[in-house]
Amino acid sequence: MQRLKDLLPAVAVLAVLIGAWWLAVRGTHSVIFPTPWDVVTGTVQLIRDGSLWRHIGASLLRVASGFGLAVCVAVPLGLWMGWVGGAYRMLNPLFQILRPISPIAWIPIAILWFGVGDASPIFLIFISSVFPMIVQTVVGVHTIEKRYLRAAENFGVSHRTLFMRVVIPAVLPQILVGMRIGLGVAWLVVVAAEMIALHSGLGYMIMDSRNAGNRYDLVVAGMIIIGLIGLLLDGFMRMLEGVPWVRWRYAH
Amino acid sequence: MRTKIEVRDLQKSFSSDRGRLPVIENVSFSVGDGEFVAIVGPSGCGKSTLLNVLAGFIRPDAGLVAVDGKPRSKPDPKGILISQQGSVFPWLTVRENLKFGLNGSAQADHSQLADHYAAIVGLQGFEDSYPYELSGGMLKRAELARALVVKPEILYMDEPFSALDALMSLRVRNELLRILRTERHTVILVTHDVEEAIHLADRIHVLSARPTRIQATFEVPFAHPRRLSSPQAQQLRIAILSELGVELDERG
Repeated sequence: MQRLKDLLPAVAVLAVLIGAWWLAVRGTHSVIFPTPWDVVTGTVQLIRDGSLWRHIGASLLRVASGFGLAVCVAVPLGLWMGWVGGAYRMLNPLFQILRPISPIAWIPIAILWFGVGDASPIFLIFISSVFPMIVQTVVGVHTIEKRYLRAAENFGVSHRTLFMRVVIPAVLPQILVGMRIGLGVAWLVVVAAEMIALHSGLGYMIMDSRNAGNRYDLVVAGMIIIGLIGLLLDGFMRMLEGVPWVRWRYAH
Repeated sequence: MRTKIEVRDLQKSFSSDRGRLPVIENVSFSVGDGEFVAIVGPSGCGKSTLLNVLAGFIRPDAGLVAVDGKPRSKPDPKGILISQQGSVFPWLTVRENLKFGLNGSAQADHSQLADHYAAIVGLQGFEDSYPYELSGGMLKRAELARALVVKPEILYMDEPFSALDALMSLRVRNELLRILRTERHTVILVTHDVEEAIHLADRIHVLSARPTRIQATFEVPFAHPRRLSSPQAQQLRIAILSELGVELDERG
């Protein structure tokens, strides 16, 4: 009951917005811009012919591949850069230059290197999510409290134990923050990447709906679905903050 | 009594923006095997620095620290430092923390040994708890147990009870005395609390303000358990406080 009450203002804002939208479309007699109801029927149509699931599946698969690859590269690299000063001094300037380049700017190069198949968007997702995760992992290593490292040094443990029992667990919460940022960026980028020249994915669906007969009801439907899936992905990453290995960081 | 720790002509200064800042002027003393020595001094006098030098974490500019006649220049599991803020790893359970220092040692059953020491400090039933589930006093006991489980010859304690309230501090101190009766460690305790020093130590060195040197030394000839309210203990307290520049009348 209390949760319902907490949700009420948010639901009210949405309801007002949808109402205003409906009134605006009716008021301006727009022939192209859809009413909220058009969007609902458009979505139902997409579900009926099965194309919605196909597009969602294609987008998620690309995100999973690019993001998964980025995690595999960013975490070891970030740990190494954080731990070894020389590696940090060598690589950090390069990454600081690459990081602010918008993934969109990589699109021509992606097409040149990987063509217009699945590899291009996967590359773009990788490029966009790998840097924030490297940065967060490095920050995580640099901010391990000295007293823990000293205690480990005092007990004279092996490098392996130091890494497995102190460094990695200490950095894990920061890695998770990086992953949350990375996944958010990845989801932003997949839609942009799919707008180029593919035959599946939510980004393709949006462009295709526009090009094939100005189906703006499907365009808006696609946008809303992208938003909802992004919300779910973020919620999933938030849930990971509750796993035992990182709960110590949030339990205070 | 055999000499365990020999400290000779120790000097240490730190470089700061305004040039060199001498912290330890010239400190020499020795500690017998199994002896409990307290070092008291005004805050900021360099007590912690001194203890860190003794434990091998900071290199002195000049002078020598020898343990069993051998120079000590780096931390060693034979001497465990217990710091003020504590360094129990928050991502490991009590048992895992206790087993941490045993990693790589030849001890047969680490878990059993860990649980044994958890019981000694009164943490029975909390072996699987995470540090964030423990109170401040329990955390200190866990830290103490983690140090004891590796059977160190020396305990270096840096204001270990200062974060506890008076009652809890007294309890953990009694606990420590009880353990020391059976385990016979050599202990160097740094504290600003004169009563605590009189309660625990066999000998008390009073340090001067920075740059620090030993200003006075007091033997504490009282048998355990000690009554801090006894006239002799009160007299000793007044004498030490007066060395620290605090004058009390006889009833103080």
